[in-house]
Amino acid sequence: MTSTAKWRTWLLHLGVAAVVAYCLAPFYWMLVSSLRRSSDIFDTSLLPTSVSFENYRAVFSPSQGFGRALLNSLIVSGTTTVLALLLATFTAYAMARLHFRFKRLILTLIIATSMFPVVSIVVPLLKLFTDIGWINTYQAMIVPSMSFVLPLAVWNLTTFFKQMPDELEEAAMIDGCTQGQAFRKVIIPLAAPGIFTTAIICFIAAWNEFLIALSMTNRPSIQTAPVAISKFTGATQFDIPFGSQMAAGVLVTVPLVIMVLLFQRRIVAGLTAGAAK
Amino acid sequence: MVDTKIPPGAADRTGSHTGKSPAPVKGSKRTWATAASGRTAALLVSPTLLVLTVVVLYPTLMALKESLYGTKGLDPQTGFISDTEPFVGLQNYADIFGDAGDRFWNAFWNTTFFTVTTVGLETLIGVAMALIMHRAFSGRALIRASILIPWAVPTAISGLLWRWIFNSDGIANALIGHQVLWTTEGFHAKVAVIIAEVWKTSPFIGLLVLAGLQVIPKEVYEAARLDGAGPLAQFWRITLPLVKPALLVAVLFRCLDALRMFDLPYLLIGAQKNSVETLSMLAQNEASNVRFGPAAAYAVLLFVYVFLIALGFVRLLGADLVGDVGGPARTKGKSRLRRGSIRNSAEVPTA
Repeated sequence: MTSTAKWRTWLLHLGVAAVVAYCLAPFYWMLVSSLRRSSDIFDTSLLPTSVSFENYRAVFSPSQGFGRALLNSLIVSGTTTVLALLLATFTAYAMARLHFRFKRLILTLIIATSMFPVVSIVVPLLKLFTDIGWINTYQAMIVPSMSFVLPLAVWNLTTFFKQMPDELEEAAMIDGCTQGQAFRKVIIPLAAPGIFTTAIICFIAAWNEFLIALSMTNRPSIQTAPVAISKFTGATQFDIPFGSQMAAGVLVTVPLVIMVLLFQRRIVAGLTAGAAK
Repeated sequence: MVDTKIPPGAADRTGSHTGKSPAPVKGSKRTWATAASGRTAALLVSPTLLVLTVVVLYPTLMALKESLYGTKGLDPQTGFISDTEPFVGLQNYADIFGDAGDRFWNAFWNTTFFTVTTVGLETLIGVAMALIMHRAFSGRALIRASILIPWAVPTAISGLLWRWIFNSDGIANALIGHQVLWTTEGFHAKVAVIIAEVWKTSPFIGLLVLAGLQVIPKEVYEAARLDGAGPLAQFWRITLPLVKPALLVAVLFRCLDALRMFDLPYLLIGAQKNSVETLSMLAQNEASNVRFGPAAAYAVLLFVYVFLIALGFVRLLGADLVGDVGGPARTKGKSRLRRGSIRNSAEVPTA
């Protein structure tokens, strides 16, 4: 190995280390802070002096209602994901396989709606939901969430369906399947990984939603986890409970991180869908 | 489970049409009858369009109408308390550009400033990340896993996390050895928001650019090297032009996302802080104070702003969002296809 080549390898390793540190350092700080005792929460040592689960116990103290908030988050993002996937699977199939007029325009329109500022939907819907008594209900959070989850699902699934060879259906139809049967018995099972990836991406998008959940609720028992954490109360009104906020943040993020680590290859493929052709 | 959406009769009907269609002819892979596939498509696409009409189009029109109404309360002309919201015409907009103008323009400039600075920094960092990831052979799995972490952390949680980092006794001040009150009003609050936003979103650009890098054939670089192009020339003349489409899509998405920024400044600094109030925060704040008319007017203006930026992008740079969804007819005439796709994307809003 020549010296310049050695230099390059070193530089590359340094770059890799820099990227990993950049991505992980803040998250690591959240983890470390969550494991400190409240007496040494302001320590700046890289490792907790003594590991304590005090903050995690505080998170689950009944006064914070965090367990209920997690359940609410699960219900809202789960329902949104399932509904969006149900609709998007059929639409995406049509987009990838069928020929019809205005297809391009319709797909562009669907994708464009996901770029809408959420607040311009929230403002009128807040008034509507106030009038019809939907404030503090699950549907008041699920319906607006569809506005950005559904286009995301359609776009992702369209890319996945397009990657599947046409010959699959043709072979099934030669074997006597109708197009509907070919879709049901051949395409859906084979597209399962794609549908699954889309489900994860949609779920994460819905799980991370904050503005809608904040605006549509004012009762703690219906709030989703991000909203509940942001409203954690400390011992006094002016005492921000950083420790328990970090612990709750870890609890909300860790399921996503595990999903991401398990399915990283597919998620990257899903996220970059359509960008590189 | 999922197939319940297709009425059995409909599926069979379209099926029998397509079932009888002749075997694929060479040159045109898909030979399904247009009328039948048009009907099937309408059946498959309409539920999505219906839902989007209800959750996006209808609220947008409602916001437009709502912005023409005032707030409940004392009517200055009659002296009565009105239960309904009075029709005020364009008064809300006149207020925004007149009396209430300061707050609006402040939010407008904050939004614009955040968008320009964060997307600019994210693009630089994202491209650098992509180049490193593309070259790295050892530790690729590690880097890909870690790059997804900022993306997976909910924005609200990252807002709280960065508020903790930027706390007056927090790690940020310990690292720089200065006592900066990051979360109080002032330019440093903007800096805090920008740092937090860039951390969370530059990996996204990195991933999209990496996907673009991976489709560049190696031979192109080999040819360039034979012609004597150095690493820098290779980057400017080959890498950048070839990843431009992927980069443009990423930048467009990030811009539109940054324009609606809400969670991060709201949680990191707080509501109604002049230094960081964005248009989304302004509209949400008015709506939560039951001033729906002005809130809707802000929302409409933000919508128009986002729309104009998107239109400008598509027109100026020809960002092709949808990609090639077409069939056999589109394989020839690349330039025509490109122009056509731009026009189609640009048509979106007017339709």
